Amino acid sequence: MGTFQKLKEFYWPFRSYFFWSIFLLLFMTAITVVYPVILQITIDEVVIQNRYNLIPYIAAIFLGLMVIKGLTTFGFQYLGDYFGMTSVYHLRKALYNKLQRLSFKYYDNAKTGDIMSRLTSDVEGFRFFLSAGFAELIRIVLLITVSLTVMFYYSVSLALVTMTAIPFLIVVVFQFDKRVHPSFRKIRKSMGILNTRIQENVSGINTVKSLSREDFEIDRFSTSNHDYKKRYLDTSMIWSKYFPLMELIGNICVVALLSYGGYMVIQGSLQVGELVAFFSLVWYILGPLMNLGFIINQFSQAKASGERLIEILDANEDIKEKETAIEVPINGHVTFNQVTLTYIKDDDSALKNVSFDAPPGKTIGLIGSTGSGKTSITQLITRFYEPEKGEVLIDSRPVWNYKLKTLRKHIGFVLQEPFLFSTTIKENIAYGNLDVTDEQIVSAAKRAEAHDFIMAMPKAYDTMLGERGMGLSGGQKQRIAIARAICINPSILVLDDATSAVDMETEFKIQKALKEVMRDRTSFIIAHRISSLKHADEILVLEDGEVVERGTHQTLLNNNGSYRRIYDIQYRDQEEMVQTSN
Amino acid sequence: MSGKKIKEESRHLKRFHYTVDTVIDKPFNWKQIWRLMQYVKPYAKTYLPGAITAMLISTIIRLTVPILVGKVAIDMAIRDENPALLTYLVFIIGILYVFNYAANVFRIKWVNHLGQNVIYDLRQHLFSHVQRLSHRFFDSRSAGSILVRILNDVNSLQELFTNGIISLLMDMVTLVGIIIILFVLSPPLALAVVIVIPLMFYISTKLRKNIRRSWQEVRMHQSRLNSHLNESLQGMRITQSFSQEEENAEFFSGVNKGYFNSFRIAAKKSAMFRPLVELSDAIGTVILIAYGSYLLLLGPENGGIAIGTFVSFAFFLGMFWEPISRLGQMYNQLLMAMASSERIFEFLDEKPNVKEKDNAYSLEQIEGNIAFENVEFSYQSDRIALKDISLDIEAGQTIALVGHTGSGKSTIANLISRFYDPTKGNVLIDGHNLRDVSLDSLRSQISVVLQDTFIFSGTIMENIRFGRPNATDQEVMEAAKVVGADDFISRLNNGYDTEVEERGNILSAGERQLLSFTRALLANPRIIILDEATASIDTESEVRIQNALRELLKGRTSIIIAHRLSTIRDADVIFVLENGSILEQGNHEALLEKEGKYYHLVKSQFHMLDAI
Repeated sequence: MGTFQKLKEFYWPFRSYFFWSIFLLLFMTAITVVYPVILQITIDEVVIQNRYNLIPYIAAIFLGLMVIKGLTTFGFQYLGDYFGMTSVYHLRKALYNKLQRLSFKYYDNAKTGDIMSRLTSDVEGFRFFLSAGFAELIRIVLLITVSLTVMFYYSVSLALVTMTAIPFLIVVVFQFDKRVHPSFRKIRKSMGILNTRIQENVSGINTVKSLSREDFEIDRFSTSNHDYKKRYLDTSMIWSKYFPLMELIGNICVVALLSYGGYMVIQGSLQVGELVAFFSLVWYILGPLMNLGFIINQFSQAKASGERLIEILDANEDIKEKETAIEVPINGHVTFNQVTLTYIKDDDSALKNVSFDAPPGKTIGLIGSTGSGKTSITQLITRFYEPEKGEVLIDSRPVWNYKLKTLRKHIGFVLQEPFLFSTTIKENIAYGNLDVTDEQIVSAAKRAEAHDFIMAMPKAYDTMLGERGMGLSGGQKQRIAIARAICINPSILVLDDATSAVDMETEFKIQKALKEVMRDRTSFIIAHRISSLKHADEILVLEDGEVVERGTHQTLLNNNGSYRRIYDIQYRDQEEMVQTSN
Repeated sequence: MSGKKIKEESRHLKRFHYTVDTVIDKPFNWKQIWRLMQYVKPYAKTYLPGAITAMLISTIIRLTVPILVGKVAIDMAIRDENPALLTYLVFIIGILYVFNYAANVFRIKWVNHLGQNVIYDLRQHLFSHVQRLSHRFFDSRSAGSILVRILNDVNSLQELFTNGIISLLMDMVTLVGIIIILFVLSPPLALAVVIVIPLMFYISTKLRKNIRRSWQEVRMHQSRLNSHLNESLQGMRITQSFSQEEENAEFFSGVNKGYFNSFRIAAKKSAMFRPLVELSDAIGTVILIAYGSYLLLLGPENGGIAIGTFVSFAFFLGMFWEPISRLGQMYNQLLMAMASSERIFEFLDEKPNVKEKDNAYSLEQIEGNIAFENVEFSYQSDRIALKDISLDIEAGQTIALVGHTGSGKSTIANLISRFYDPTKGNVLIDGHNLRDVSLDSLRSQISVVLQDTFIFSGTIMENIRFGRPNATDQEVMEAAKVVGADDFISRLNNGYDTEVEERGNILSAGERQLLSFTRALLANPRIIILDEATASIDTESEVRIQNALRELLKGRTSIIIAHRLSTIRDADVIFVLENGSILEQGNHEALLEKEGKYYHLVKSQFHMLDAI
């Protein structure tokens, strides 16, 4: 029960819906069992004893009861649903807010698909249990108890004879449940594989077609398709084995009832009407029993779902705002003092003793191969991670001294992968600053060399970008991402390989524009191309988390170190070319 | 655009837009049903007859038992105190139930075999068809929308083909059977009781349709919610960078509320369903009690009924609802199936733009001479991508295509692989018009390496072998060595057996590119096309790749599209393109001497490096 205890805050405030629902359930069940009793009275009291003057009363009472039953059934179901959906509404809200606060560290290890399935299926499973599962369990128990009571009231021996087969039914129901769930899981898994197969094929269709591998792909698809069919049929085999068996056991009960009950009527120890009532009552017991396995399974699944949700709610928020955090304008003076960063304990450090000073107006270039620590430096400035050792200062104050919002509002970040949201281009550029005017949006786009291609689109700035900004080339996405960063008017600008997909001519223009924008501010540029950062005031060359060389373009060239090597590779061609062209 | 601020009250509630499929059902269409039924045809002699027979047996038994219990057992055996007949009856009913059991086992088995085979065939047909469609088809559709049709739309027909068809028959048989039996037992009482049938039908179809609409509304809200969740997770780093957490939470709150409200409405309607059904059932029972008792009073001798008949009526009345309910459900299912099948058939009716001629011949091993004769091409009728292009490429030459985005470089490459057909003019390889040869024989001799290499989930070995499925492990490794990919592959934990996937981060951009070079080399094509193949690679990797490239291009006709001059310079012929026309052509030196467009391109590139 620990799971339900922990999630109590989400459903307990709404408990009154649940209790009202259960209260109505009592009436509902009572009236359900009244039906066979009325049938019995009609036959035994009215027909056999010829008291037909009772008919109008019976009919009226019956109709009245059914109307009440209708109302209570409605109330029972709706209140139950309401209880579930209200609880889950608050749960979902809490989950979303929690996810907003979790740090990069959490997302480094989390898979989007996994979190998604928690937010969708697990939340849904939990809702279903709150809405229907628990109440259903109560309903079944009530219905069986009341029906049994009535049966025993009519005839103890007949009730016992009729119920002989019930233990077998229970065994079969649980056997079925035990076998059918793993096979459902296999169907789902197979469906997932089929899904991936199609997704991959369609996304990679250019590769498939250019290598003319359609037949091969159709074959591969056929294997997955076949597997899905097989899994499905396996499951249906389980159904075909158990379902008719359950029905057969139920029918055996009916046959037992008929033979012994008929014998009793002939003997005179039972009334015909009572026998007829038994025929209805027996199904009130058999039907719910067949569902029992399903309900119990629901219970254990809801518990597992709840646990997965608690995992998110309890996840550690590494980056917390200090109580004393301050809110002051940031000028952008960035200082690193002997900073060491380790992502995962006992792993190699991503940054080792990095120090530098970047006053406003300066541009810092970061170069080095993949994994050398360039991105790590910039992510410490925004406090996406915390350093293990050393200090990260902005305007001579440690970054944790600032409110997160204050800090990040002043830093314009263009990430390696330019993620764009499903909204208009305009909204995407204004993402970080909702107070921005249309003029400012256009001016940011112009500086990012995005204005022209945006205007060439049918709806210009109101063009919708689909999921993951589909329809734009890599370079276009990068340029919108740059405009987005400029739009918040940052004191510190970080370009993390932000122009890799942009052609050189355009990159050149963007750099010129940025230079003007960033005149009194601090810029960090991460790049592979020397041309992207040669104008930086200081270039840090990183290798395995360490600064191996630093200085201006010219000093580094004279150093004859790794910077020089990269330069040679990139420039040799150009120099030769210039010689031929002169 | 005006200078007014965008920020308004409801601003956050509109910040993202998610498009959701709205049309979920369609009017009934016999033609479509007929077309769907064609997929059942192959099983018309195998699973179908068995399933129908089993269904008929169990239906008949289900209808017989109440008569045996009511009419025979109660009226004749019990009331007339005939224990021998009772024993006899119990025995018969027991046997019937055993038959019923067997019939059900086979019915469930065969029905599922039928349904799953049909679904399998349909899905396979759809996938194979889509696989053969041309680039134009894929240009205008997102991967997601294609996925939804092959997966979800086909799945939504599953229920129809498995239980649907047989249930439809079973329920109609049951319903008609019950009505006939009731009329045989007692025409007046039957007439009185069947009044509830139209009522039940009405609830089952109309109300259910209304309820289903509400649930569709819920699903729309749900998919909006899910789209946003998914996107917000993927874009979380951006959101936190721009500290938009609170604003997004406000948006989410709106979506969450919308979902909640639609759910509440649907739940309310759904909760009304059962009570209404039971009420209509109760009306039948009241009629039975009132009018049935009256008929009982008359007694069988005076046109009334016996008590057994009364009991049988009570049983059958309880059996009305199930088939009617399922028929109503079937009707709704059919409407949904109409929408799904329409979307499926839309794809199936799509014809490949690039079609093999019936008398297309297989291209022998080619030399690799390529010629364009007055080729014109447009992707859409109003946008001309190539204007009257004529060019000759000799076998073994390396050709570079230079020009701005949209100048037509990629289009030329696409026409060589015949991903599209020219709007006017011809493309020839070794003098064969591409329109006359079989696609497979053409494309198996051409390899294209694109800027984004697609990595399929599987091992590295499997990914490379994608270029030639029958290559041995040895051949794969040799190709990797030639290209220089062997180094990094061997360094991976499981070497060639390392599992990779498209979104995985195991491989860097440079490594992925080396894989695609290996893939292309293994295919051993006569013509190779590199479309911006080295654009997004860091310097260190590029050096490795340059060597790989040299190996790859050796002895083949090569078409290179690139921005970087270093890759272009060594080409035998450089074509400079602008707005779909060839502006200049010649080798590097010749073009520089000419001091035309190419010269300016080179100059400006170098100038940029220096200027900053």
